[in-house]
Amino acid sequence: MENVAQFASSTVFSLAALNWNWELDGWIVAVAILCSVACSLLGNFLVLRKMSMLGDAITHAVLPGLAIAFFVSHSRNGWPMFVGAVIVGILTAFFSEWIRRVGNVDEGASMGVVFTSLFALGLVMIVQTADTVDLDPGCVLYGAIEFTPLDRIAVFGWVVPRAFVTLSVVLLVNLAFVILFFKELRISSFDAGLATSSGFNATLLHYAQMVLVAVTAVACFESVGSVLVVAMLVVPGATAYLLTDRLSTMIWLSSIIAVLAAVGGHLSAILVPSWFGFESTTTAGMMAVCSGCLLMLAALFAPGQGIVIRFVRQRLLSLQILEDDIVALLFKREEREESQTTSEADMLHWLLTNKWSQGIALRRLVRKQQISRANGAASLTELGKLRAKAVVRSHRLWEQYLQEHAGLDKDRLHAKAEQFEHFTDQQLRNQLDQQMEAPTTDPHGSPIPAEDRDNPAS
Amino acid sequence: MDEFLRVLLLQDYNTRIVVLGAASLGCAAGVVGSFTLLRKRALMGDAISHATLPGLALAFILSTWLGFDGKSLPLLMLGATLSGLTGVGAILILRNTTRLKEDAALGIVLSVFFGAGVALLSIVQQMDGHAAGLESYIFGKTASMGRTDATLIIVSAFVCIATCFSLRKELTLLCFDDGFAGSRGLPVILLDFVLMAAVILVSIVGLQAVGLVLMVALLIIPAAAARFWTEELPRMMLIAAFLGGMCGLVGATASALFPSLPSGAMIVLACAAAFGCSFLFGRRRGVVVRQWRRLRLNRAVARQHVLRALFELQEGRVENHVEWKEMLDQRSWSKGSLRRTLDAARRDGLVTEWQGNFQLTKKGMIEAERLTREHRLWELYLITHADVAPARVDRQADRIEHVLEPETVSELRAMLDAEDALLPPNPHQMRDAAVPFDQRETQ
Repeated sequence: MENVAQFASSTVFSLAALNWNWELDGWIVAVAILCSVACSLLGNFLVLRKMSMLGDAITHAVLPGLAIAFFVSHSRNGWPMFVGAVIVGILTAFFSEWIRRVGNVDEGASMGVVFTSLFALGLVMIVQTADTVDLDPGCVLYGAIEFTPLDRIAVFGWVVPRAFVTLSVVLLVNLAFVILFFKELRISSFDAGLATSSGFNATLLHYAQMVLVAVTAVACFESVGSVLVVAMLVVPGATAYLLTDRLSTMIWLSSIIAVLAAVGGHLSAILVPSWFGFESTTTAGMMAVCSGCLLMLAALFAPGQGIVIRFVRQRLLSLQILEDDIVALLFKREEREESQTTSEADMLHWLLTNKWSQGIALRRLVRKQQISRANGAASLTELGKLRAKAVVRSHRLWEQYLQEHAGLDKDRLHAKAEQFEHFTDQQLRNQLDQQMEAPTTDPHGSPIPAEDRDNPAS
Repeated sequence: MDEFLRVLLLQDYNTRIVVLGAASLGCAAGVVGSFTLLRKRALMGDAISHATLPGLALAFILSTWLGFDGKSLPLLMLGATLSGLTGVGAILILRNTTRLKEDAALGIVLSVFFGAGVALLSIVQQMDGHAAGLESYIFGKTASMGRTDATLIIVSAFVCIATCFSLRKELTLLCFDDGFAGSRGLPVILLDFVLMAAVILVSIVGLQAVGLVLMVALLIIPAAAARFWTEELPRMMLIAAFLGGMCGLVGATASALFPSLPSGAMIVLACAAAFGCSFLFGRRRGVVVRQWRRLRLNRAVARQHVLRALFELQEGRVENHVEWKEMLDQRSWSKGSLRRTLDAARRDGLVTEWQGNFQLTKKGMIEAERLTREHRLWELYLITHADVAPARVDRQADRIEHVLEPETVSELRAMLDAEDALLPPNPHQMRDAAVPFDQRETQ
């Protein structure tokens, strides 16, 4: 507890000590949020349509469009930039598709050909026109969000960074697109054929999306650079995809994750280097890293699907099965009048498990008061006997059923019943019982224990 | 002019080194890229080359911090390799253990790793220790390739090519059917890993030449271009190696001749030009070539239709003229195409024309008879053996008659017992069996 408080206070302290300036940092975070949410809205559909790399392709390919636009308009502001981006965006999507279809080239390869060529063209153009066009390739790649608060314009009497205004417009456009065309986007993302046969043009929607991606990429490149736009396009959407099955929830979640990544990115850009004695680093890079961390958390701990969650569930299940096996073993030994107690070493030998798992299972059984342990041996309690009887009854009912109604060979019955016995509850046992008209012995001649009406272990 | 010649003839030592390095890189990338293209993993090279950036930066930071020379090439390359391998591992884990698909995994690893690399680079810039050169790994610095760099490139290229060559059979099987490969006992995962390691090696080495951003172009474009020239894998590898090497050579030379052009970009543009040419004119699958072949096929089919139509129209007649109008009504062809086909047939001596009437020559008659026989044989077969209504057999026979082989025709004749009439009667018109041409009385 104290350590947490210390950590929190030291963070806050370093926040203040590192000159958190709301004028600067506030705007940076605002621009970052706008950028990431605008991208993630579109990115959801890219991820669903398995076109994540097309986003990457377009963001690389806008470079020549930008270069031409700058060369023509001699400025970084205004429409030529967006027009150039739109044209290139459509060209990229169109050319990749054309090469794929007409040349029968693999989809990824056709994208790769188009966007790398365009990017190389853009580089050549930029270098050639370096005196007229003030466009640094490095800036294009990873942006300079730290400078956005410095470039301000006046809007309705307020003085705000230009990037803020541009990105707000882009965000609103994307939001409007997603809301207005939600149904169409949903169908065409999952089944383009169905979309077209339902009467609206899936291809048109596809190109509209590509245009918006290109426009968003251009709007963001000044802030986070074109390659990191890919991070904001793909990662929040992918993270949300891991967390839910519903599209509307996915869109909400991706926006929230995008906001978290933006805020976290800027904060960590300031804080993390300071832990190692450096000045702050690029916000854009840390935004990508932050979103990656969020993705990792989702991949590990997503309810139901997370890797860690699944692992834990599996371990718990195997422990439960082991417990069932232990009590069943003890019961059968009592039944055969071999012994009331069983040594744990013998158990280890018979159950083919390892000492560690057995130890845990035994402790859990003791906690549930189903066995009692003494002198390296265990025996069933009354509660344990109930559980054991349920398991053994399930097993033997299944054996009888499989032989009677499924015609299984006698030597296969045991293995199958071994599997089913752990997943058979009282209701299922009653059904089996009814099907076979209350049998009293199983195919091997062992008696089937009667059902205990008020068995808490069911 | 002298300057040009000097560069072109590789008399300049530096240029020689650069061009050689770039060419061998192109070769290696072409060979490795052939396999990744077939494995449908073309963009994995993109993700991997982006993923090497944080390793580069970290290697610099750690080695400077530990007191070594931060910019020593082997250390940087080691860092880049490790980071590339981590990237590959991350892609595989994401793809195999979560519900994310391959493209999403690639996009994620590419952007997150690159972002980390960019953040680390920014830190590098704050350190003393001449960090300025590190950024050149993003865009390449071919022009300043030294002798050791070139040697490293050539050796690595050789290693890659040798590996791919010696494992070519296993890798081929892996690319086409990894299930079968696994069932034959080949260690599929290991082979995949070897392929990815080759990609990483080529990427790392290429970082210096063309830079990270453009490395993927070298991996994809020569291989994709080579695909248009052949259907066989060994040949494709050779062509890809050749194209890659040529483009490296051309690009580096162009950049040496015109120093304002960035070399990496020039190499990629040379590749793109090669791709464009192959796409259009590649001997096996080039677009123009395929269109040309299709055009020739269409013309042959049209001629066959014309000949058969002429034959059928003059079949029972005494004089063998056929009018233009009758020809036009026989099928749904346009006036223009009919005219063109008749003119071409006339030029080849199959048809004669006189005042708007057409007649088959002897050569034309033989061919037309053969075509009509095959058509009618097939119709007869469909009617007698496949229970198709006579009204429907014409269209089906029309489609298949152009591709019937002689063996099939003799089988049909045997099956239908049609030896007595060399030409089966037209099932659509109740006429007597036509008499074959060379048994007809001459007029």
